[in-house]
Amino acid sequence: MTKIFETPLYPYTRSPDQDVSRIRHPVVVIGAGPVGLAAAIDLAQQDVPVIVLDDNDKVSFGSRAICFAKRPLEILDRLGCGDPMVNKGVTWNTGKVFFGKRETYKFDLQADAGHKRPAFINLQQYYLEEYLVNRVRELEAEGKPIEIRGRNKVSAIARHDDQVTLEIDTPEGPYNLEAEWLIACDGANSPTRRMLGFDFVGRIFEDNFLIADVIMEADFPSERWFWFDPPFNKGQSALLHKQPDGVWRIDLQLGWDIDIEREKRPENVIPRLRAMLGEDARFDLEWVSIYTFQCRRMENFRHGRVLFAGDSAHQVSPFGARGANSGLQDTDNLIWKLKLVLDGKAPDTLLDTYDAERVYGAEENILNSSRSTDFITPKSDISRIFRDAVLDLAEQHEFARPLVNSGRLSVPCVYDGSSLNTPDETTLPEDTRPGAPALDAPLADFWLLDALGNHFQLLAIGTDAPDFLDVDGIRVETLRVAPGESPTFDDRYLGEKSSAIYLMRPDQHVAARWVEYDEAAVRNAVLRATAQA
Amino acid sequence: MLITTPNIPDADGFYAELLDLHESHTKEESDALNARLVLLLANHIGDRKVLSEAITAAKLKK
Repeated sequence: MTKIFETPLYPYTRSPDQDVSRIRHPVVVIGAGPVGLAAAIDLAQQDVPVIVLDDNDKVSFGSRAICFAKRPLEILDRLGCGDPMVNKGVTWNTGKVFFGKRETYKFDLQADAGHKRPAFINLQQYYLEEYLVNRVRELEAEGKPIEIRGRNKVSAIARHDDQVTLEIDTPEGPYNLEAEWLIACDGANSPTRRMLGFDFVGRIFEDNFLIADVIMEADFPSERWFWFDPPFNKGQSALLHKQPDGVWRIDLQLGWDIDIEREKRPENVIPRLRAMLGEDARFDLEWVSIYTFQCRRMENFRHGRVLFAGDSAHQVSPFGARGANSGLQDTDNLIWKLKLVLDGKAPDTLLDTYDAERVYGAEENILNSSRSTDFITPKSDISRIFRDAVLDLAEQHEFARPLVNSGRLSVPCVYDGSSLNTPDETTLPEDTRPGAPALDAPLADFWLLDALGNHFQLLAIGTDAPDFLDVDGIRVETLRVAPGESPTFDDRYLGEKSSAIYLMRPDQHVAARWVEYDEAAVRNAVLRATAQA
Repeated sequence: MLITTPNIPDADGFYAELLDLHESHTKEESDALNARLVLLLANHIGDRKVLSEAITAAKLKK
């Protein structure tokens, strides 16, 4: 096992807060996983003081999340962690689907050109956590108000109208903290959620999957291989996926009635892997785990001054890589809103739109991952008949391939119908409509998304707008792009039109758009996008 | 719009061909054939609204 799991990344140190009776902080985050760290970095970058509490002091054990999609990579770019992720991660484009003994078909995920980031990369979660912690250290060195407190376990929480009070256990005894706002990123088994007594309901899938990460000297190419009913795992499914450092992720479906402890033992795991990889394959087991899963969410992600993000708020099956990816989209949505509320520039009802938009996102993810799971594990005779018919047809007829569902790639949610959107009256391109995340595009000297984010902006294309506007204390800056500078950009933002003005939110989502600049319309749209109109 | 009036020329010939397909197959094989046939026909129709109408029509009126 690599050393990274053993080294404390944020060891316990005594905080001056432990020597006073009670001290209040603007924001406390519970959980130093990817979602909690992303939330904290986002806040600190904008000079909001933040404390992260974690009951542990190391990165999470084992690979866990391994697929990071384009949108989360763009979010990590804004947080200053995109480059190490993409430099280390494995990029792949080819997938193969097997049914029984046969290779049914092969697909090429032709990367949609004109984006800085690939459709996704494979990378062990502990690398992401390490890069996020490095970023925290960088911000600390710059004097930004961010602090991770390892081995600080929250033992009690009380909600009040104006604050949340916390009791925290440490190796040196307990202390109390007050938070104006609390962000709970403490995972699917969220102790915060349990202590506060909130529901977490949904659908349980009666199935077990063995995950094994193996280090292998192998000639397997960087492809995703998915087997339905393979000879080495009859009646079940299997997945092989490459990670950096010669590590391969293997997922073997085991079914419901199994002895979990027994199946996890190396003497039982290794013969299964041999049957899959071939008798001659030389490999070492790095990590083995057996998981079962649920698709469920909290009814509400906001409870007064407590905000839930990531797995603590919603849980999906792993097919389609929608766990960590959607958690990063949660904090991307939340933090700019919280910042405006803390600065007194928006009413706290703006945080209700975090709930509305991310519940909508969670529903979409639950729907997609439930559909994948139902295809992979048919729940009735007739669903297996249709599943097998799709797979048999897919080998000979292209039409059936889109019906094969071994996990749908996580794509960002478009917040259609959000109360923050200004209704669209243009015929500009559909993909950049209000509610959509900005689509990246190459410009003459930089990528569009590298120039967007962290504050409201106007994107002025082929028409002008003032350098900046002040809308009741909210600063809106203008970024000008000339038509013809980049055909890809023009396709995505102009379509058939010759000019456009886009109002972009701090999370790079489109709030409103017009074909000509109109100051009154822009002011109204900014107020609307901040829950003030 | 789903066509629910007679639309197949040589109705008897088509029906015989459909039954021939299932001749000397086990129940399991027949189920698989039917499923493949449904998927092929559905793809040929393609129109999402018509497919929903066909799914509804297949349930029969109560």
